[in-house]
Formats: sequence, C-alpha cells, structure tokens
Amino acid sequence: MTQVNRLSGGLIDRNSTLNFRFDNRNYTAHPGDTLASALLANDVRLIGRSFKYHRPRGVLTAGSEEPNGIVELRAGNRKEPNTRATTAEVYEGLDAQSQNRWPSLKFDALAINDRFSNFLTAGFYYKTFMWPAVFWEKLYEPIIRKAAGLGSLSMEDDPDEYDKGFLHCDLLIIGAGPAGLMAALTAGRTGSDVILADEDFALGGRLNSESFSLGDDSASDWAAATVAELSALPNVRLMPRTTVIGAFDHGIYGAVERTGDHVATLPVGKPRQILWRTYTKRALLCAGATERPIAFENNDRPGIMLASAMRTYANRFATTAAQRVAIFTNNDDGHRTASDLRAKGVKIAAVIDVRDDAPINYEFEVLKGAQVVDTKGRLGLTFVEVALADGSRRILECGALGVSGGWNPNVHLTCHHRGRPVWNDDLAAFAPGDDLPPGMTVAGAANGTLSTHGALQSGAESAAIALDLKGALPDLPKAEDAPINQTPFWYLKGCARAWLDQQNDVTVKDVKLSHQEGFRSVEHLKRYTTLGMATDQGKTSNMAGLAIMAELAGKSIPETGTTIFRPPYTPVPIGTFAGRMKGQDFHPTRLTPSHYWAKERGAVFVEVGNWLRAQWFPLPGETHWRESVDREVRQTRASVGVCDCTTLGKIDVQGTDAAAFLNKVYCNGFAKLAIGKTRYGLMLREDGMAMDDGTAARLAEDHFVVTTTTANAVNVYRHMEFVRQCLFPDMDVQLISTTEAWAQYAVAGPNSRKLLQKIVDPEFDISNDAFPFMGCGSITVCGGLRARLFRISFSGELAFEIAVPSRYGDALMRRLMQDGEEFDVVPYGTEALGVMRIEKGHAAGNELNGTTSALNLGMGRMVSKKKDSIGSTLSEREGLNEPDALMMVGIKPVNADDKITAGAHLMDASGPVDAKHDQGYVTSAAFSPSLDCHIGLAFLKNGGARQGERMRLVSPLTDVNVEVEIVSAHFVDPEGERLRA
Amino acid sequence: MIIPHPLLGPRDSSEFVYLGDASLIDRPDWQAEDAAEAFHEYAYLRDNPAGEHRELWYHEGGDRSWLVVTRNTMTHEISKVELARDVARAQGRSK
Repeated sequence: MTQVNRLSGGLIDRNSTLNFRFDNRNYTAHPGDTLASALLANDVRLIGRSFKYHRPRGVLTAGSEEPNGIVELRAGNRKEPNTRATTAEVYEGLDAQSQNRWPSLKFDALAINDRFSNFLTAGFYYKTFMWPAVFWEKLYEPIIRKAAGLGSLSMEDDPDEYDKGFLHCDLLIIGAGPAGLMAALTAGRTGSDVILADEDFALGGRLNSESFSLGDDSASDWAAATVAELSALPNVRLMPRTTVIGAFDHGIYGAVERTGDHVATLPVGKPRQILWRTYTKRALLCAGATERPIAFENNDRPGIMLASAMRTYANRFATTAAQRVAIFTNNDDGHRTASDLRAKGVKIAAVIDVRDDAPINYEFEVLKGAQVVDTKGRLGLTFVEVALADGSRRILECGALGVSGGWNPNVHLTCHHRGRPVWNDDLAAFAPGDDLPPGMTVAGAANGTLSTHGALQSGAESAAIALDLKGALPDLPKAEDAPINQTPFWYLKGCARAWLDQQNDVTVKDVKLSHQEGFRSVEHLKRYTTLGMATDQGKTSNMAGLAIMAELAGKSIPETGTTIFRPPYTPVPIGTFAGRMKGQDFHPTRLTPSHYWAKERGAVFVEVGNWLRAQWFPLPGETHWRESVDREVRQTRASVGVCDCTTLGKIDVQGTDAAAFLNKVYCNGFAKLAIGKTRYGLMLREDGMAMDDGTAARLAEDHFVVTTTTANAVNVYRHMEFVRQCLFPDMDVQLISTTEAWAQYAVAGPNSRKLLQKIVDPEFDISNDAFPFMGCGSITVCGGLRARLFRISFSGELAFEIAVPSRYGDALMRRLMQDGEEFDVVPYGTEALGVMRIEKGHAAGNELNGTTSALNLGMGRMVSKKKDSIGSTLSEREGLNEPDALMMVGIKPVNADDKITAGAHLMDASGPVDAKHDQGYVTSAAFSPSLDCHIGLAFLKNGGARQGERMRLVSPLTDVNVEVEIVSAHFVDPEGERLRA
Repeated sequence: MIIPHPLLGPRDSSEFVYLGDASLIDRPDWQAEDAAEAFHEYAYLRDNPAGEHRELWYHEGGDRSWLVVTRNTMTHEISKVELARDVARAQGRSK
C-alpha cells in the first residue's frame, strides 16, 4: 500500500524509504516518522482495541501522553508490550503488532463486552467477583486478566543490555521546546554546565509542529539553528530521546535515555537504554502543555484525535488521518489546526466551535455555538452529528475529527515532592504551585505561559534567575503572542458513553456512578473508576473527570482538588532500572583465595552471601553429593582435612581499651584473656537476643583479632563501630576489617598437628604443651612467611586455623595438599563443615536466627552479670527466662533409618498435633557418617531436662511423622578429649 | 538524597546505611535502679515525628563514620549533620 495520506513538507527524509510491518502487513515510511505517523500516512487509523470493552481505537495524540495507540513492538525475545506508537521511531524492518484483540484487530470476539457495557461499569469487578473467595485466584482473575488487556510478554529473557550512569550540571533543563531552547541558550552562552533533555528524538518541542515563524525563520528552522549552536558549546550536553522521569531528593533527577530503541540492531556491547542519575543545583522544567479532549458520545472512534496532534502530524510528519476532517473546539487554537491542514490541501468539513462568539474564517466553515453530539463509523470515523446553535442537527462526513478543549500545563514533575498544582482561571487548568521541589523552577507552557513569545521570554528569564546571571539576555526572535481565548467546555451535557480515560475505558457515566455511590473525593474517584490509573497516568483524561465530579458535587474545580503525579513520568522498562545488575552481575562475587585451586579439583560451589565457597569436592565415581560429603567427614575425623574459612569476618581490634571494648560487645568476659589465648565470644543485640558468635584471639595486650560468621561480617563490623563511636567515644580502640587481608584454612583431624609441623618453621613449637587448645600466636611458615595460628575447632577434632596473607592463600592450600599426602589429607567443603559442626553440637546461622537468646542456645550462664555488655540487661527479662524456655538439644531417630527434617516440629509422643501443643522445632539436620544415622539440632521447651524423652517429629504439610529421641547436642566426643589431644 | 558529611562534603545517600533514631546514643546506665525499665524504653520506644528527626546514618561505603543527621521527615530536607562521636561526647558519654 502506498502512503495515500502523505502531505507536502514536513520534517521527514523523503530521499530514503523504510519498510516496516504492522500486524503482519508490509508498509513504507520515511526517516523521521513515528510508527503512528507512518500508519496514518498509510491510511491505517485502527491501531488497537480498548482495555475493557475492546472498542476499536486509533491514536489520540502525537506524543508520550498517548492512551490508545499502544502496540507490541519487535518480535521474539526483544518483544516489548504496551509501547506507544506515537513515540516509537520507525526503522528499517520494524515489526509491530496490535494488542488486546482476538482473533484479529478488525474482528475481535471480545468486542461483545461493549454490548454488556451496562454491567461492566465502574466497580464491576469489586461488586461481582466478591465470592466465593477461592474463585478469585483460580477462576475470576485468570479470565479477567486474559480478557482485559494489555500486551503479552515474550516470556523469554531480554537479550538487550541496559546501563546506568551519573551526570552533574549547574542547570538541568527538562524539555527542549521554545522555553527550554531559549533557557539553554541563555545559560549555555555564559559557560554554565547545562543539560538539555527531551523525550523526543527531534529537539524543538511544538516548534517542530507549527507553521508560524520565529523571526525570519520557520519555527522548526529556528529550533534546528538553536540546537546547532548549543551542540557546538562544550558546556552544554544535549540529550534527545531522554525522558526525565522523576524529581528526587536534593537535586537528583532520574533520566532514561533511549539509546537503542530507534535502530534495528544494537551495536555489540551498546546498551538499549541508560538510566542517568542526574545531580543538579537547579532544574528548569520546560515540559510544555498537553491538549485535552472534550467528552461526547462515541468520542473514541479511530480518527478522533487532539487537534494539536493533527497539526503535528500535518506540519512535522506530513501526514493526515483522513483527507476530509472536522474540528471541534472551545478555543482559538482549534482554528489554527484547520488553517494549517487546509494549507496542506486537506478538506475541512467544518470547525465546530462551542462559543457563540467564535472567530469567523473565510477559508472554511465555522459552526458557532455548535457541539458534536455523536459519531458514526465502526472501525473508523465516518460521520459526526452536530447540534447547531439553533437546535437543529447536521451530519458532517469526515474521516477524522480534531478535538481541542484547551491546554493543561505538564505539571507532573512539580508534584514529585507532593507539590499541589493550583487552579488558574485564565487557563481553566491546574498550573504549578509554590511548593515545587527545592531548586526547581518552571517556564513556558508548563507554567501556563502558552504563547510562543511568552515561552521564549520566560525560558530566558528563568535560566538567568536560576543561575543568578547578570547582564543582558539574548535577543528573542519575534514570535506569535496570541492570548488564550477559550470557554471552558469539558463534556456534552447528557452524554454517558463518552470516554474520558481511553486507556482504562472510563466514561462520563462511570464518574457519575462514582458520585452516586459516594466515591466523591478525587482520590476515591480515581480508585473507584480507575480514572488516570493507566500507564499514561491520565495525562489527557484527569481534568475532565475532575470537572465533571466538581459539577455533580456543586463545587468549583479548585474546591474539588486534584490528584498529584508520581514518578515515572512515562513507563520505564524494568530492565532499565536493573541496568547491569542481572544474573551473575546482580551482586559482586567474592572468590576465596583457594577458589581456582578448588575449581581445578572439580569442587561444587555454593553462594554464601556474596562469596562462592566450595560445597564439596566430588571424586571420580561419586554420583551423589552425600557420597562426597560422607567421605570428607570420615577422612577428616580419621586423619586430617582442610577447609577454606577465609570468608569468616575478621576484625582487627587494637588500642589500650581493646579488651574493655570487647567486654562491651561480647556478653562474656574478655578482660582477663591471656595473651596468646583465644576465647569463644557470644554477641547479643541490645534486646538480649543472640546476634553473632565467633572467637577473639589476643595477640598482644592491646591487640585482638575477632572473627565473625560469614553471613554477619558486615553487620557485626557496623555494630562494633556503632558501639565504639556512639556509645563509648573516648575508648582508645581502633577497628579495621581484615577479612580480605588473610587467607585462612581450618586444618582439622587427629593428624592436623603432624601436617602443620611440616610447614610451620621449626623455631615455633606447636606441640600440645607449647600450643594447647585455644592457643594462638604469630608464627612463620614455609621458611619465613608470616602467619597466624589459632588452635580452635569447629569440627570437634584436634584442629587449627592457619592464616597467611591472602596472596599466599593459593600456594598454602597447594602446599598443605602436597605435604598432607602421607596423611591421606582431604579437602572438605561447607557441607562436611556443616555436618561436623552439627555432630559436635555447635550453633551456627540456623540457630543464631535472630529469635534465640543465650539461654535458648544453652549459653545462658555465659552472660556475665559482673559487667555491662550490649544486651546483658534485657537478656534478664522475665519473658526470656521462663522455666519452659526453648533450649538447644540434639535429636536422633528411634528407627535408625528415619530421616530428620529441618523445620519440622516436635510434639509429645501422644496427644494432638497442632500449634497449641508445639514443643519446639528442628533448626539443623544432617546425615551423620560418624553415627551412621540422621541427627539434628532442635530448640525444645525445657529441653535441658528432657534428655532421653521420646517425641514425635512432625511436618503435616510434607507428611513427616518420625519418632525421635532427645539427646545431648554433642553427638561426637562429648568430653572434648579430641580437642585437647 | 545527598548527605553533607562534616568531613567529606556532600555524599550520595547510597553510600550510607540507616540505623534509626539518634536517641540510640543515650544508652542507659546498667546499674541504675530502673535499668530494666530504662533499657526497655531505649530498645523499643521511639518518637515518630512528622518533621525534624535526628537519626543515625553510617558511612559504610566511605569513611565508616557514624553521623547524626537532622532530617525533616516530611520534606527530606537535611538541616544539620554531625559526627555521632561528637554528639555522644557532648551528651557526656565517654568510656
């Protein structure tokens, strides 16, 4: 099909032709076209079906405020639903599909909804699908979701990349229309750092849509020349295709730059969109104004659009929706559209003006005091019915109708700090109030200055004020300065199925119903009818809804009030907010010093916070993880195993008050800890609950090394800094995290000392007498490498932890493996580590879960009463010390083949199984190779006194019901003989 | 938000971690007669003002200072930022 609706002129490049597809048909366009302008040029008015009633719809606007012309753009995994055809640039090969129709756009089965419109009014869903409740999730919602509709997702991963960036400037100018361009010129020429952002791909705003001139140039030529001057200024950054989506705190603005939406294929490595976090001292909002429609019966047919949009399509895109058009207006601006279209050869059926004193024009017929009362045309406008001033009716034949109901300033960003727009009688619209976000000013049409001259002037002046510029302003080109001449007219009296919010299918009748049912405040009106709650945020519909509600309530519009807008100004793809933070890059990955060695050994890794830790090391022939883990446990307990425990937090504590400081953060005492000794420490929160545990090794009188659990390393360090700076500011103590500085390995098992003796330099005696259990010290290994040795054990075996500077971590692991060959050394991962600590009855993250106290953990007596420590006072609260408080115990199945399941609950051997009779729950469970059965750690009411008792372990949801015996949590070596060997 | 750090100048709030009411500096005396009651208030009871609020922020992505930020909860306007250590000392805290 050829472009039958192409007009002369315009800002399109006719030397080049682009091919694109819409609903699987081929069309042509030119560079500079949007999908909407190209479809109109090809005589396609029907673009989509409406949300609720599936009514045929075309485009209403020529910009981002579009409620109707939304399509699925692109195919396959790059498909993007709900994209506005009015802002999508056409490129070679563009593929678009209409949405919310089945089987086809022209014949849509669900258009039957339109016949049942009497039932589908506001609140229909609330009233109808109330009960039975279970039907909602399984029946109603899926059907409604399928029927009510927007586009569909590809259900595939988005292959495109997105990025984030930071920008700084003295003045951010939002919108590059006459006000924005003039402001940029004024600020840019003084050398200030200026960013000029506009959502459009062509800078100039309405200057590109108008036929009048600025000085000696056409408006669009003036815009192009100004853009050329600005782009030559090094201190001005022009950002077309960039939407400022929100005004955030302290001069931070979010901006989305669409760097790749206008090309068929993105260059490799280039992002599709960039989310810019823009820091600016001052912002000047030059976002212009949006024309508003008038509500009348059947005002939503394809071909009915805003008069200003018609003018944009004619002047900028050289196209028209039809060859014969009519205009319905309440102001002079509508007449301008008729003149411009007529100048391009489009026939004007008539200008229907509600005003009795409408200006006369000899080029086309003006029907004064007339109103459009109804329209015809199933898939596109064919006739409009007009009530003339004398009461008679007239039918006009036309393929398009331009509607002009006045202009609303685009106040959206002024509301982002809860600023309230104020009513302006001259405009009959809300304009920005005084409570703008700090640092923001508003110029041009966005501030209610609707003439071009006014916009240019206010742009220049506002920029000068914002930057406190002295001296003369740039000369302004001579421009139109027409006064606003309008009679407010919102809707036709008596109309019902007259559309206000075309995207959410809200009609005048719905607003009346909302009023009738008592939902009269603007906030209730919005939520009851969904007026303005679609993806366009009601940019073209809110005002009329408010006006009608005001009239029904017998109040003025300002008395009725207005809802305010929130970010984002236009919809933003989730991918843009995510940026590069997706998949593997969602957070940084921390690798242990032995990572590459472990990878060579074929280790299976597990994420622990940001860390990747070896989970187990499978050997050839091992087919199940349990085989590997059981082997690692047995071999460690039989001889020696090595595990990378670098990920534990390490905090260096130094100063004359170091011991006094640790006395504050740990509930147990540290003042008397001897140099060269290590002690287990339990940290409480101030509310008395356990926060974390670890060890503190005293290397010198004023020097400790504290370890934390892997998961809590960051929080514990933060907490310790809080205690140091906020609670005890005069303590002489310094903290620094050394987690990354030291590679640390646990060497555990009866042969651990023998293995270490092979690498520890001979001048250091690590025999049991010289280096007993809980000893620590600075040593050297492998001929002079500085190292730290701690005789601590998490496995219950004779064990050490050895630390060397991180860069020697890989070498040390290889050396331990090599030197350990004679002992049949085994590397073990986090699973074996976990099994061994459960066998030994050590609490870990599962037990230190934020709901357990020292008492619950069996460490109640560790909380020193002789000193003040964080959490000590509140740990004494009555409620935390009841006789039947939960206590950590061990459990074993009575039948050795039964499994213990973490999360399952303990119940008395007989009696009801319900929450009321709950006795406790299992926190950790494992198969114990040492006991050859499953074991678990559990919290049990009065658990300390219930050893030997038989209970039931249940999980009704997962059908667990096992008989278990309560035992000591120390399954292995309860006397601790191995530790001290 | 941008927090004007007393030592480092304006810093983006994403570098900070929020804790809560600056009254957490006023940790009660554990040996006072009413210690249990005082600690209960300290740990659990907070004012929730609509307006100026003194609160603790930690510059975790920076110099690790704890700060007392006076912020208006209605407008997010920050009127004062102090080092928490200075505030603690001024309130008589020592060792």
